[in-house]
Amino acid sequence: MDDPWGRVETALACLATDPGGLKGLWLRARSGPVRDRVTAGLAALPLPQRRLHPTIADDALFGGLDLAATLATGHPVMQQGLLAQPAALILTMAERCPPGLAARLATALDAPAHTLIALDEGAEADETLAPALSDRLALFLDLTDISLSDSREISLDPQQLAKARANLPHLTLTPDQLDALTRAAAELGIPSLRAPLLAAAAARAHAAWAGHDAITEDDLAGGAALVYGHRTTPLPDQAEAPPDSPPPPDQTPDDGEAQSEDQSQSIPEDMLVEAALAALPRDLLEALAAGRAARAAKSAGGTGAERGGNRRGRPLPSRPGRLEPGARIDLVATLRAAAPWQPLRRAQTPDRDAALLVRAADIRLKRFRETSDRVLIFAVDASGSAAFARLAEAKGAIELLLAQAYARRDHVSLLAFKGRAAELILPPTRSLVQTKRRLAGVPGGGGTPLASGLQLALATAAQAKQRGMTPTIAILTDGRGNIALDGTPDRARAEDEATLLARQIRASATPALVIDVANRPQPALRTLAQIMDAPYLALPRADARRLSTVLGEALET
Amino acid sequence: MKQPFPFSAIVGQEAMKQAMILTAVDPAIGGVLVFGDRGTGKSTAVRALAALLPEIEAVEGCPVNSASPVQVPDWAQGATDRIITKPTPVVDLPLGVTEDRVVGALDIERALTRGEKAFEPGLLARANRGYLYIDEVNLLEDHIVDLLLDVAQSGENVVEREGLSIRHPARFVLVGSGNPEEGELRPQLLDRFGFSVEVTSPRDVDTRVEVIRRRDSYETNYGAFMETWRPQDAALRDRILAARAALPQITTPNTVLHDCASLCIAIGSDGLRGELTLLRAARALAAFEGDDAVGRIHLKAVAPMCLSHRLRRDPLDEAGSTSRVIRAVTEVLP
Repeated sequence: MDDPWGRVETALACLATDPGGLKGLWLRARSGPVRDRVTAGLAALPLPQRRLHPTIADDALFGGLDLAATLATGHPVMQQGLLAQPAALILTMAERCPPGLAARLATALDAPAHTLIALDEGAEADETLAPALSDRLALFLDLTDISLSDSREISLDPQQLAKARANLPHLTLTPDQLDALTRAAAELGIPSLRAPLLAAAAARAHAAWAGHDAITEDDLAGGAALVYGHRTTPLPDQAEAPPDSPPPPDQTPDDGEAQSEDQSQSIPEDMLVEAALAALPRDLLEALAAGRAARAAKSAGGTGAERGGNRRGRPLPSRPGRLEPGARIDLVATLRAAAPWQPLRRAQTPDRDAALLVRAADIRLKRFRETSDRVLIFAVDASGSAAFARLAEAKGAIELLLAQAYARRDHVSLLAFKGRAAELILPPTRSLVQTKRRLAGVPGGGGTPLASGLQLALATAAQAKQRGMTPTIAILTDGRGNIALDGTPDRARAEDEATLLARQIRASATPALVIDVANRPQPALRTLAQIMDAPYLALPRADARRLSTVLGEALET
Repeated sequence: MKQPFPFSAIVGQEAMKQAMILTAVDPAIGGVLVFGDRGTGKSTAVRALAALLPEIEAVEGCPVNSASPVQVPDWAQGATDRIITKPTPVVDLPLGVTEDRVVGALDIERALTRGEKAFEPGLLARANRGYLYIDEVNLLEDHIVDLLLDVAQSGENVVEREGLSIRHPARFVLVGSGNPEEGELRPQLLDRFGFSVEVTSPRDVDTRVEVIRRRDSYETNYGAFMETWRPQDAALRDRILAARAALPQITTPNTVLHDCASLCIAIGSDGLRGELTLLRAARALAAFEGDDAVGRIHLKAVAPMCLSHRLRRDPLDEAGSTSRVIRAVTEVLP
């Protein structure tokens, strides 16, 4: 598996052999010639290819009334959906696939007809495929580090492929082989039980492609490498895992077997584990895990994605549009639009006896304006000077506010600044489980990179705005910054930079709040708050509950 | 067409299975919320349940599965007077579904082509007398949640839109599943579920191996596999039917009522829905086990799934609420 392109070819061969069993491929790559070579190779799939877009409507997927044709003919004309026939579904921009579509595709994949190729073009670690889909697709390929010169045209020999497909039904895994795959998955810390089943399917496809009569160790290792590699939990979590699932008891009897019986009888699962681990570099695993976590946080409760609300909120004037699922027709406006044309249309189509002649262009849709979700961005000073107790108070306040956010459906985000720079601890989320976990892990100590904290808060706010949320920044600190943006201790420069960023926050019109948690109020901080046009609260010796009350009141206004 | 994976062949996940069986015995218990990791068999269990449930008698062609022709709503088109049996409806409510699809709306097709004002029933109509399954329930948009709350509360779907004014019965058992890491469920909706169970991936390797073996055998050796498990599913269905018949005869001693109340007080659950669910569930369990009366043993068995989501909880306390219930149970009901 040293040759990354060889891995790509193996994966495609397996997929082409058994597209229904493997369910599909998660392909992470920017669009370009390398990716084109892979997608060209998909022509070997025995299924028609259908392209999906993340904003595809339900009637395109499941079929529905063809409104234009219905209006033209005067009787219902139904159109077939993409899911009606078994197909290789190619989902472009898969990283933007909304949870609703992901759930529908997931259900479609649970029936054995379809296979899904998710083209994930995510550039950032947190832009990635929805977990409901990535859990169901057997294969994962990352082409990011493969250059064109490392790649070749993919040509799967049609004869070999036909033979492999014919051979596939005769290949079954022995119970021992299934055991080995399951145990290997457990050892790799893969909780989902879909993984071993997909690995079994991959091993069968691997064997069929290689022309084996029975499934060999090679096929098992190949299957494990293809399916387990990217599912493996990265090291930090593995460190937590041992108390739950002690591997030694499993290993000892297995080692004994391996010695007593001959090699073909028992498959050392260590080998499968190694194969899976060798399949992908470690830094990629970490990036994937980060993406998973961020994705989870981002998707919490259908955030600001649908700001152009068409279902509720304050009504706006209706406008012409296509009657897609999700759109609501404004009947009166539609009739009004159709009314002037009635005599003309009747003259054109004298054979139609309908009371009303409506054309697709008459359709008017309702529109609504929705107020967007609020996100509270906490920028917390975790420097040495802001004693540890203060950090604990801030944590407590955030927990309490989050509990209240339940009722108001607010999101919370947390960043801490200490040492040399600020760090985003928690992207905007409503997930209590996530918050609790991340909060507990915030350490304190070091200098006060206030400017860096403001910069990150501003960036987080900008990002939240892009997603259609309304951000508010709350800064909890005990004084002046002493670390410049580049991480060097330079009090003068740090102050200049902080002032500059405060102006930028004011310019961005983001509501902000400065909370002074020093033992005595700091005049410099009050000045900074004024520059930011933010309320300033001196809060010496606060406790978590009081802090949360004050914050809550300040934000209500 | 392959039948879904048999319910009785699901390895482990006893709490989830028991919760689903009890709602089949007494649908009035309310729904089941299944929260847990991916790939633990949540969807499998719900789809299996549909195949397990006894058939219902309904008017042919009735969009709300009415039991008799008298109950067929006047707007319903195409309903005949014949009574047929059909499988208990299990309706999927997909995420991102629109209000129109859920509650029903003006039938645009008929309005435009024939100039008639007709109602096109939604998912709630189809789910009447059956199950409504919401995968990833915690990601459901708020306005759909609001709709569901309203209908689940009243058992009736009221549609007032586009010049329509229609109401129809919508009584269903809510089954929701989700992964708590991806977002929380609103407390109002949480409270609407009768049971809540947590599922986790089996930690024990042998169990995992057994799961994979059965699933693999279902995929590769379908015929023989179904032959093995179909009788077990049928036996379970008979037991559910017997329990339904026995349910009205189950007696409830006063001491049990007392136990219910003390347990809910000890836990500090809001409202009285906790007590009521607890009592109903214990009664359903007694009927399912073939006992004549509800006893403390039944109460203890169902308490965790009835109460773990009703604790007056610190929302950030992730340390299993189930264990808190179990602790309270052992203290209050020795």
